[in-house]
Amino acid sequence: MTIMADEPVPEPQPGFLALALRNRSFVVGALLTLFIAGMALLSFFWTPYDVTKLVVADRMLPPSSTHWFGTDQFGRDVLSMIMVGARASIAVALVAVVIGMGIGVPLGCWAAARGGIVDEVLMRFNDVVFAFPALVMAILITAIFGPSAINAIIAIGIFNIPVFARVARAGALSIWPREFVLAARAAGKSKARITVEHILPNIANQLLVQGTIQFALGVLAEAGLSYVGLGVQPPMPSWGRMLFDAQTRMMVAPTLALFPGLAIVITVLGLNLLGDGISDVIDPKLRRQR
Amino acid sequence: MSLLEIEKLSLNIGRVPILRDVDLSLNAGEVMGLVGESGSGKSMTALTVMQLLPSVAKASGRVHFDGIDILAAPEPAMCKLRGNEIGMVFQEPMTALNPVKTIGAQVAEGVRWHTGASRAEAEDRARRTLDRVGLPAKKFPLSRYPHELSGGQRQRVVIAIACALKPKLLIADEPTTALDVVLQAQILDLLRDLVDENRMGLLLISHDLAVVTEMSDRITVMRHGEVMETGETAPTLSAQEHPYTRQLAQASMHVPARAKIRGTEQPTHDLLQVEAVTRDYAGHRTSLFRKPEPMRAVDDVSFSMKEGQSTALVGRSGCGKSTLARMILALDQPTGGTISFMGEQLTGRDEATLKPARRNMQVVFQDPYGSFNPRHKVERLVAEPLHTLEKQPGAGERHELVARALHEVGLKPADMDKYPHEFSGGQRQRLSIARAIITRPKLVVADEPVSALDVSIRAQILDLFADLNQRLGVAYLFITHDLSVARAITDDVMVMHDGQIVERGKTSDVLDYPQSEAAKALVSASPDLRRAIAKRLQEQG
Amino acid sequence: MTAYLTKRLLIALVTLAVASVVVFSMIEIVPGDPARLMLGMNATADAVQALRDQMGLDQPLLVRYFEWVSHLLTFDLGKSYTYNVPVRDLVMERLVVSLPLAIIALALSALIAIPVGIFSAERRGRMADTISMGAAQIGVAVPNFWFALLLIYVFAVWLHLVPAGGFPGWSAGVWPALKSLILPAIGLALPQAAILSRVTRSAMLEVLGEDYIRTARAKGMPRNAVLWHHALRNALIPVLTILGLQFAFLLAGTIIIENVLYLPGLGRLIFQAITQRDLIVVESVVMLLVAVVVLVNLLVDLSYAIVDPRLRTRR
Repeated sequence: MTIMADEPVPEPQPGFLALALRNRSFVVGALLTLFIAGMALLSFFWTPYDVTKLVVADRMLPPSSTHWFGTDQFGRDVLSMIMVGARASIAVALVAVVIGMGIGVPLGCWAAARGGIVDEVLMRFNDVVFAFPALVMAILITAIFGPSAINAIIAIGIFNIPVFARVARAGALSIWPREFVLAARAAGKSKARITVEHILPNIANQLLVQGTIQFALGVLAEAGLSYVGLGVQPPMPSWGRMLFDAQTRMMVAPTLALFPGLAIVITVLGLNLLGDGISDVIDPKLRRQR
Repeated sequence: MSLLEIEKLSLNIGRVPILRDVDLSLNAGEVMGLVGESGSGKSMTALTVMQLLPSVAKASGRVHFDGIDILAAPEPAMCKLRGNEIGMVFQEPMTALNPVKTIGAQVAEGVRWHTGASRAEAEDRARRTLDRVGLPAKKFPLSRYPHELSGGQRQRVVIAIACALKPKLLIADEPTTALDVVLQAQILDLLRDLVDENRMGLLLISHDLAVVTEMSDRITVMRHGEVMETGETAPTLSAQEHPYTRQLAQASMHVPARAKIRGTEQPTHDLLQVEAVTRDYAGHRTSLFRKPEPMRAVDDVSFSMKEGQSTALVGRSGCGKSTLARMILALDQPTGGTISFMGEQLTGRDEATLKPARRNMQVVFQDPYGSFNPRHKVERLVAEPLHTLEKQPGAGERHELVARALHEVGLKPADMDKYPHEFSGGQRQRLSIARAIITRPKLVVADEPVSALDVSIRAQILDLFADLNQRLGVAYLFITHDLSVARAITDDVMVMHDGQIVERGKTSDVLDYPQSEAAKALVSASPDLRRAIAKRLQEQG
Repeated sequence: MTAYLTKRLLIALVTLAVASVVVFSMIEIVPGDPARLMLGMNATADAVQALRDQMGLDQPLLVRYFEWVSHLLTFDLGKSYTYNVPVRDLVMERLVVSLPLAIIALALSALIAIPVGIFSAERRGRMADTISMGAAQIGVAVPNFWFALLLIYVFAVWLHLVPAGGFPGWSAGVWPALKSLILPAIGLALPQAAILSRVTRSAMLEVLGEDYIRTARAKGMPRNAVLWHHALRNALIPVLTILGLQFAFLLAGTIIIENVLYLPGLGRLIFQAITQRDLIVVESVVMLLVAVVVLVNLLVDLSYAIVDPRLRTRR
């Protein structure tokens, strides 16, 4: 006897990109991020003015058609400085994310795969790092080893490690009991191989979202560090340093403080929107809630 | 006039039609069974009556409850009805209760809300209702929190919430699906008693034809958002005039054709030997300085299986059957005892030396959605166990092996390039089986392999299992809580209870004449469509 | 309950112990002689030796560590090299600025964010939700020190409502003191409020999708009553977590804003100590801040146990 049963086959789902392009947060975030990144890239080839050249005659000019954002106390073009400053922000935050992911993700996956004492020790160590006020420690590290972009990267990167370790571990722990992992174990695959083949692809999205968040936080942290003089060193322009210089001249030229701040806001906003967009797209449950 | 009258109810969510011209009526004191496979719209019908639909849903037609036009009723009027005149019980007792409120507060809340009773009066009423649903004050004071109760007990609390104000209509949406058969029988008894006592109307929604038959005076069969047939339970199911009703009933009672029972006449050697296996888990710590009491999940279990033999391992949820299966699959280590497979001991071996055993022992899981990595294509997924071969096949050979395995389970070679989400539940379970048989194993452990499937799909998958058993001579260890599955497909059955195997024998012997208490409880609680129809026929004449 | 709290307490103690080792060795791995580092290159050998004696640098490492810790335990934080006063006095003096600042900022943040988050969740997808979450999205992106700068420009430079910076001290009266704290508090609170409102909203939305919310609706409770009686308490758990983190951040992370506004708070103290290489102050104040973070986390854990009955019996 045969039983006729027609079970509905699920409709084909549009791919990630198709869904993403329909998501407002993703599109706006991606555009803003691309805009800032494009600006940084462009600055390697062309800026409206040379930021290393000091033109005393053009000091403290208000925004005009020749200098869109005005000039600073040394007569440098603020727009050009913001373009070049984007490099420092992006480079520091990006490398710090790479450090955090590169060390944190393997640690988190290892803790999840091994469990027991390895997991416990690693998580306690995470607690310790989380207990340190991140900015204080970053300032301490850069102060001890000298102010430089590299030390700023390391200082911010160190505090990214436990964040990624925690996200990776939580994600991996939710995948390990899944039946397809059990099936892979029944096929005799080692824990390391299962981690690479089954765990990582399934937590990649969460890591990506966390990556955008940490990237945004890194931009803010870099701005803070260079504001107190511990980030990228002059004459290389950075947004934080520009704000510091603008602060004392706020009575005369408030726009000097406006534009670098806006650049930071746009960058961070873009990255956060991008992260929101990605998590909307990959987690349909949350998407429906919006 | 009927208590509940639904006429020509249609429902759309967005542009998707969910219900079409549904008619249904229910009298006071009557039990109406609403039965259908997943996606038939039975839950949506219930939520329409409660007006708890998602806001994008648009309903048209006529729904009258006790003279009130539900579809036209404003929200405050619905709030007066819900919980007071209409109570509802949901499927998932584990999540249906607020974890931060006591059970007393949750039962009393509705009473206070509707009657304006004082806290003391409401708590008094909550107490009496909880007593009535089988949660006596001594063991279940009002101050208990949901996490301190088991699934069955939580469902009793949900029923207490729904029935505290003696509503005229009770809607129970798959109230026992998340529970094991023994709990299911208890909860169904309770519902039946409450209906009789209070002359409530009960709208019982279930995918399980046997449950509905046992409980209902009349049944309505739904499919794809439409009513297929409605009528008195006994004649409808005994006559089976409507083709879909017949199809459902036959699928529910389906027994795959199996040419002969293997393993009895040919004395082969033992394939699997389990000796005195025990597994303890660390219990919850009550104090930091006291060692927690271990929980014994599997307690001194011994048995053996022969080649080509099909054995069922049945028992209530939490009896240790899945833990035992994992140890047999060497995914978990026993605390004590040994497991040998094809003459070689599995316990205490490291992963590398387990490969030959793994090649001959594969697994099929329950959840057709969770058993595949959603990011891999079918070819890679089905080929995964080839990892256990001594010599890794080349790309071409791998392709051929996968194609053959897919063919054997009734899928096409073209399916290789698809992702698992492009398949239906039944097809995924076929993929799961293809993966399990690709290395030509001697034993397949199947952990509730059909319990997530609709009845008609379940029948097909059972046929496939039986067919593969005949053709490939593969032995099965079927872990199931469903005795009808055990009866359909296995030669032997083992009954597990509290970590121990309490009874073992030929499937038909054990299920027809159970000896142990645990087996008797299981058998008597298991819904059986044939028995239920016979009983109904007697009652309804 | 006791098992849960004992475990949390033990974890806190272990964290503190490990942190003390980290802080201590941080100073140890300073390139070169710490005393020389503190005094600068022009100092005489005698002066360096004198400081070495004062810091006990010639004693073995372990002895120094345990001495430091035992002093810390009696709240003896050592003596500042640059100010030449006990660090404890310095800290107390600065705490009367930083603590009120952190508390005001936290209160502002919570008072704005939690209602906004609930309101947004209740109206999800509608105009009010879109606007408030858009504002929150921008708020998260604003660096607090820049926001404080803008506030100064508007309220101090333009409108002359408040001083542009500095702190008159509580002796000058409560109102003048509060007036000088209000801008930095708002500057600190806004980005925190933005984060907190997003967390509150998503926690509420998650809870509102739970089965028990449907059960409560099936009891006949209107949507609003369910929101207040059932959803809020469950949504509080993630909100508490973030609040705890924010308090620690506000107390310690005020460095930059205190520099912007010339506020003599803990953040400014530690920043100056770092740039002046006053390692004794750095060591002690960092350790103190860590202790505060750990303590706040412990309090948050305790409040979980109050909110969530499951923690009282489990673990």
